[in-house]
Amino acid sequence: MTAASDASARPAPGAGPILRVAGLTGRITGQTVIEDVSFEVPATGVTALLGRNGVGKTSTIRSILGLIERTGSVELGGIRIDAMPTHRIVQFGVGYVPEDREVFAGLTVAENLRLAERDAAPRREFIARLFPDLVARRDQRAGTLSGGQQQMVSLARALVNENRLLLVDEPTKGLAPRIVDEVAAALGEAARTVPILLVEQNLHVIRALADRVVVLSGGRVVFAGAASELLDDEERVQRLLGVHDASEAA
Amino acid sequence: MDTVVLLLITGLGLGALYFLVASGLSLIYGLMGVLNFAHGSFLTISAFLGWEVGRRVSDGTWTGLALSAVVGIVVGAVVAALTELLIIRRLYERHIEQALVTVGIALASVALFEGIWGTDPIYTERPAWLTETTEILGARIPNDRFLLIACAGLVLGGIVLFLRRTRYGLIIRAGVENRHMVTALGIDVRRSFTLVFAIGGAAAGLGGVLASVYYGYVSAHLGSVLLIFAFIVTVIGGLGSLTGAAIASVLVAVLQQFANYYLGGTGDLVVVVALAAVLLVRPRGLMGKAA
Repeated sequence: MTAASDASARPAPGAGPILRVAGLTGRITGQTVIEDVSFEVPATGVTALLGRNGVGKTSTIRSILGLIERTGSVELGGIRIDAMPTHRIVQFGVGYVPEDREVFAGLTVAENLRLAERDAAPRREFIARLFPDLVARRDQRAGTLSGGQQQMVSLARALVNENRLLLVDEPTKGLAPRIVDEVAAALGEAARTVPILLVEQNLHVIRALADRVVVLSGGRVVFAGAASELLDDEERVQRLLGVHDASEAA
Repeated sequence: MDTVVLLLITGLGLGALYFLVASGLSLIYGLMGVLNFAHGSFLTISAFLGWEVGRRVSDGTWTGLALSAVVGIVVGAVVAALTELLIIRRLYERHIEQALVTVGIALASVALFEGIWGTDPIYTERPAWLTETTEILGARIPNDRFLLIACAGLVLGGIVLFLRRTRYGLIIRAGVENRHMVTALGIDVRRSFTLVFAIGGAAAGLGGVLASVYYGYVSAHLGSVLLIFAFIVTVIGGLGSLTGAAIASVLVAVLQQFANYYLGGTGDLVVVVALAAVLLVRPRGLMGKAA
């Protein structure tokens, strides 16, 4: 299917969940890392995928994209995508911001972005407005950028195309507080135009961005609901995520 | 002085041959992680078919040689692309099977070539100028060295331009770094796998025709001999690095020539010692990326 026909298949706002995951089981080198995971992502806003370290958040994202071996059903806009290879899923309208950024270190910033462009009219002006620093550094090799700047490149690669859904994996990991705020602001801006499934550890960022949360434990979904329902319950946050909500205390 | 110049330029000529084989090996390993032991077969079949066409049209002339080169390039590209499409494509991420299959192709193809063209070397006719010498700083340099160096320079420049100026080149450069991430950007990276095999095969094909000029013959073992040194060059240069392959080709070939002349014909031994030294001191090679 071409990008044009993909766009024509875009569901209307409020037409139900954009992503429906059912019975998703993922394996890495034969070992089960997530089991029978089921949840939905609404067609608007940010849905945070949460859980303690090692519960399978990244594996869930990678399973949705077909980057690891998986079984189960994954629907995007009502269409099954679990039999598609990864590149077809992405062409179908799924933007991906991986954990640890994974920019191409030997390519320049401009080349990283050009590589990601798949639409006939990539949103270069939107990217330039969102990340003006990248414009100034367009000829700089991505491997020489700071962690925050590399995260901007990684985000920009996903945002340069019009997507139906963004999968964003720990975008603030290892970043300085000021950069965390910049990344969160960029995600907030992006969320106005595209639904986001966000894996994030920083409760401050989750509180600022997420409308809904899905919590994994032991490779399974143990909570799914409104973000406030979880975050306003300190005891539940402590029990499910194993962290204290510092922003609440502040 | 004249001996040094002769050894240096002869080394550069031989290095050019090594590079034509090693460039494809390096790109193929860098993008796909495939150690392609069948690469020498691409060279040999190209050399034989190039020679067959060239001698029938105009043996021992520039026209014949040019035609041989074109045939060699096309045959190398097509055979390599077919090998990727029909055999290697089913074996990505299965490194042991890849090695077994490509070694099998290499052994079987040598037997096939011997069956068709015999076990003895077939001596080739060359344009007269290539059999003559040119004097540089007192050294009489065989002219074929200049042809080899020029061709390798053109191939290097062509590949660099392709990698830097085209979208497929961009995909290949990114894929050498992280092919899974290229896929995660919505790009069918496997299409570029075939292209890289074809480019590597074309370079090896040209290398086959030029090897027949350098050695003065074609034989079923032409590719096997050059493949060993091309692998050494690829490892020393850094697996996946085209620049590394170019630098290492020259270093290895020049070292080999000097050792052969000054150390009693120990060129091959010195090259193997150099390989061991690089692996001990800098396992990723001169220009390879850190693991």
